[in-house]
Amino acid sequence: MDSMDADPALPPPILEMRGISKEFPGVKALSQVSLSVHEGEIHAICGENGAGKSTLMKVLSGVYPFGSYTGDIVLRGEEMRFRDIRSSEQAGIAIIHQELALIPELSIVENIFLGNEVARGGVIDWDEAKRRATELLERVGLKEDPDIAIKHLGVGKQQLIEIAKALNKNVQLLILDEPTAALNETDSQHLLGLIEELKSRGIASIIISHKLNEIEQVADEITIIRDGRLVETLEVATGINEDRIIQGMVGRSLESRYPDRAAEIGEVFFEIEGWTVQHPTVPERQVVKNASMHLRRGEVVGIAGLMGAGRTELARSVFGRSYGTYVSGRIVKDGREIALPDVPSAIRAGLAYVSEDRKVLGLNLLDSIKRSIVSAKLRKIARRGVVDDDAEARVSEEYRKALRIKTPDVDTGVATLSGGNQQKVVLAKWMFTDPDVLILDEPTRGIDVGAKYEIYAIINQLAASGKGVIVISSELPELLGISDRIYTVFEGRITDCLSADQATPEALMRSMTSLTRKATAA
Amino acid sequence: MTTPHQPSGFRFGDLKKMFSGSGGSVARQLGILGSLVVIILIFQVLTWILRGAGLTLSSGNLINVVNQYSYILILAIGMVMVIIMGHIDLSVGSVAAFVGVVVAKSMSEWNVPWPLAIVLGLVLGAAVGAWQGFWVAYMNVPAFIVTLAGMLIFRGANQWVGDSTTISVPREFTVIGAGYLPEVALPLPFNVPTMVLALLAAAWVVFFEFRIRAKQRRVGSEPSPLWVSVVKATLLAAVLLVAGWLFATGREGTSFPISGLVLVALVIVYSFITNRTVAGRHIYAVGGNRQAARLSGVKDRRVDFFVMMNMSVLAAVAGMIYVARATASGPQDGNGWELDAIASVFIGGAAVSGGIGTVVGSIIGGLVMAFLNNGLQLLGVGADLVSIIKGMVLLIAVGVDVFNKTQGRPSLIGLALKRRPRQEFGEPVTTTPVTIERAKTLGEGAESQKTESL
Repeated sequence: MDSMDADPALPPPILEMRGISKEFPGVKALSQVSLSVHEGEIHAICGENGAGKSTLMKVLSGVYPFGSYTGDIVLRGEEMRFRDIRSSEQAGIAIIHQELALIPELSIVENIFLGNEVARGGVIDWDEAKRRATELLERVGLKEDPDIAIKHLGVGKQQLIEIAKALNKNVQLLILDEPTAALNETDSQHLLGLIEELKSRGIASIIISHKLNEIEQVADEITIIRDGRLVETLEVATGINEDRIIQGMVGRSLESRYPDRAAEIGEVFFEIEGWTVQHPTVPERQVVKNASMHLRRGEVVGIAGLMGAGRTELARSVFGRSYGTYVSGRIVKDGREIALPDVPSAIRAGLAYVSEDRKVLGLNLLDSIKRSIVSAKLRKIARRGVVDDDAEARVSEEYRKALRIKTPDVDTGVATLSGGNQQKVVLAKWMFTDPDVLILDEPTRGIDVGAKYEIYAIINQLAASGKGVIVISSELPELLGISDRIYTVFEGRITDCLSADQATPEALMRSMTSLTRKATAA
Repeated sequence: MTTPHQPSGFRFGDLKKMFSGSGGSVARQLGILGSLVVIILIFQVLTWILRGAGLTLSSGNLINVVNQYSYILILAIGMVMVIIMGHIDLSVGSVAAFVGVVVAKSMSEWNVPWPLAIVLGLVLGAAVGAWQGFWVAYMNVPAFIVTLAGMLIFRGANQWVGDSTTISVPREFTVIGAGYLPEVALPLPFNVPTMVLALLAAAWVVFFEFRIRAKQRRVGSEPSPLWVSVVKATLLAAVLLVAGWLFATGREGTSFPISGLVLVALVIVYSFITNRTVAGRHIYAVGGNRQAARLSGVKDRRVDFFVMMNMSVLAAVAGMIYVARATASGPQDGNGWELDAIASVFIGGAAVSGGIGTVVGSIIGGLVMAFLNNGLQLLGVGADLVSIIKGMVLLIAVGVDVFNKTQGRPSLIGLALKRRPRQEFGEPVTTTPVTIERAKTLGEGAESQKTESL
C-alpha cells in the first residue's frame, strides 16, 4: 500500500523485459538485461557500438524467436513468446530498423500495406487502401501523393512512411533503431516531434540513438547498456545531461588488456589534406568533408567515430578510391604528392587497408590460407606471370609461424579458421605487400580477447618496424589502449585530435557526437 | 607443400594440384572420376551381355568418342573459367558456327590457304569475344543477356555468311577434325606415334610422382609411403598404356585423333594457367569474392573481359574442328553445344555461385556425358530417352553437390567454432578491476531495477 501511495503518478509498465540473456556461438551478446517501459513513455537505450542494444531490440521484436534467448518478455502483464516479427507485430510492437525495409520501386500505398493488403478475396481494394493511406500520412504529417514511388522520397520521408506503416498495424510500442542517423536537422526535429505526439496519444517508444542531445530532448528514461550488461536506468527528469550519459556508456577499466607500448616515433611521412568524398550513389551527400590528418613513422593513430560517421569511407576512399566519388584533397607521402586512382596504385604506393568485414571484403572464403596470404601481391612471388609454388609455401609458412595462425597447415581453407585466425591471415596478406601505411578498420571486431591481445602485439611490432598504423575502432578503450594519437570523426568531419595522454573516453565521446570543438593538431 | 595424408588414391603430380587447386572439393571430383569409371564399366558389361562384345572400350569406339566430343570438351575448358567468374556463355554454339562458316568460305571461295584460314578463325573468335567481353566487363550487362544476344546474333551471322547452305572445306583442312596421328613405315602391329605418346605420358606420370616426393622432402612435409606412390604411378601408367594400345590398334588408317591431341594440349595449357599463373589466381579470386579481390588490387573488369574473350577463341577452335570433321560448314552447326558444355562444367564440380571449378574436373564431367551418350547409343537407346537420361544425370549430379554443401556448411562452421577456445566476451568486465564509479552506477542500476519490478 505504502509503495503505491509513494508513487501515484507512475502508470503500470506496458512492457517488461526481465533478465534477458542471449548468446551467439562463442559470444555472450546480452547478459541479464532488464528493461521496463511505461505507457506513453519515450525510453532511450544508449551504449557503444556492439554493446547489445540492437540485439536486445531484436529479441523484443521476435527477430530472435523465443527459445533462442533466456529471460521473460511481459507485455501488459502477459508473458510473450514471439516466434517471429509477425507475432510481435500482432501484439502491437513495431520495429523500424536502421536500414529501412521499404521497397523503392513500389508506391507509398503499396509499401504501407505490404503483407497486410486491403483486399477482399485476394483482390486489392485500391480506393479503400488509398483512403486509409492518406489518413495515415496525415497522422505522420506527410503531404505526399500515396501513388508516388518510394524511391522519389528522401530518407526523412521514408522514415515517416515506416512509422505510418507501423501505425496501420495498431502499434502500441514503437521501436526505432537510430531513426535520425541519416536525417538532417529539420527532418530529425520533425521525426522527434512526431514521436512526442504519438506519446501524447499513449503510444510508447523505444529509441536507440547515438545522438545524445536528441535523447536528452525527448526521452523520459534512459537505459544504458555496456558489453551486453545493464549499467543503469536514468530518469531524465532528475537532471541528466550528456556527460552523465557518456560516463555510463564508457566507464570501464582499461588495465592489462593491451600490450606495453614503447613508441619510437619518427617524422611525419604521410598526410591527407582537405579530403572530400561524395557518396557513391547520392552525389549531393558528402560522406567525408575536408578531412586532414597526418601520420608519423612508428606511430599508431586511432580514428574514433560512431557508426556512419565516415571513418570507413575516409579510409577506403584514400585506399585507391575504393569507395565513393573523389571530390578534392591530396595525399602526400614522404614529401611527395601521390595520386592513387585505383587499388593497385595504392598497393604499389605502400598502402594497405584491412577491411572491417573480413568475410565480405577481406577474404575469399573458398581459398586456402597460403593462397590468401599471397593474394594481394602475387607478382612478388611470380616470374613472368607464373606463380612460384615453393616460394608461396615458404612465405605462408613464415607468416603462419610469425603470427601464430592456429592451423594444421597452410593448405587449410580459410573458411574453417576462427575469426581471430582469419584476421591474422588478412593481416599476413597485407604485411606481405610490404606496406608503409597500414589502415586497420575494426581489426578486432568479433574476435576473442586472447586473439585481440595478439593483434595488438602485431600492431605494435608493425609500428616498431617504422611503419605508420591507422586503427579505426568503435571501441574507445581499445583506441585508448593502443594509439599514440586519436582523431575523432563526426558526420564526415575530423572534429578533434587528441594525444594519448590527453584523451579520455568522455572527451572522445564528446567530439564523436558533436561539432563543438574545432580540430586542433596534436 | 602438399598435404601429406590425402584420403584419395589419385594424388600424383600436377593432376592432384589440378584437382585440389582452388577448385575446392577433391572428394567431389574424385567422386566424378569414380562415376566415369563406373559408367564406362557398366556400358562395357552391358554391351558385352546385349551385343555379344564389350563395345565401349573397343578401339573403334574410343576413337569415335574422341572424334565426337573433343569440341564439346574444348568448350568446357573455356566454360569452366566463365562459370568460376560467376558468368555464363550461351553463345558458344553460335560463335563456333559463325567462325566455322567464315573459315570454310575463306578457303573455298576466297582461296585462303588453310593455315592462314585457321589464324583468321582464331582472330575472328578473339574479336567476337572482345565484343562480348566489352559488354560484360565495361557496360555491366549480365553475361547471360550479352551471350543470349550473341547466340542470336552469331547464329544469324552464320546463316547470312553461308546463305544457310553447306560450304565444304578442302581436304588438307579436314585433318584437324578427322585426321589421325600418321602411320610410320615400321613392321609393327600398331600405330607407332600413338604408342610413343602413350609411353611418354606414362613416363611423365612416373617422373612427376617422384618429383613430388622429392619436393615434399625438400619443404619438410612428410611424403606418403613409397608403396602408395609406386602403386599409383604404376596404375596410372598402365591405364595410359592400355588406352594408347587401344588407340594404336584400331582399324587400318586410324589412330589417336588429331582433335584429341589438340584437346590434350589445351587441357594441359589451361590447367597450368588456372593453377599456376597470376591470371589464373585472379579468376578464382574474382569468382570467389569480387569485392575482396578488388580491394586486393585485382582488376576485376579486365579479368571479366579476358575470360569472355578467351571463351570465344576456344569456341572458334571448336567450330573449326567440327567443320573439319564434317568436311563442311552448315547452318545448324553448334546447335545446343552451349548446353552440353555448361552441363559438363557443372557435373565436373563447378559451383553455380562461382569461385569453384577446375579444368580437369570439367573434362571428366564432359567425359561422363560423352560415355553416357555413347553407351546408350551403343545399346540402341533412342535419342528421346538419351536426352531424358542426360538431363537426370545433370540434375542429380548438381543436386547432390548442393545437398552436400547445405549439409556441410553448418557443420563446417560448427567445426570452426569448436576449435576455438571457449570465448568469454563478457568476462573481462567481471575479471578486470571495476572502478569505484562504475561499481556505484552498477549498484544504482540494480536498485532501480528492483524498484521497477516491485
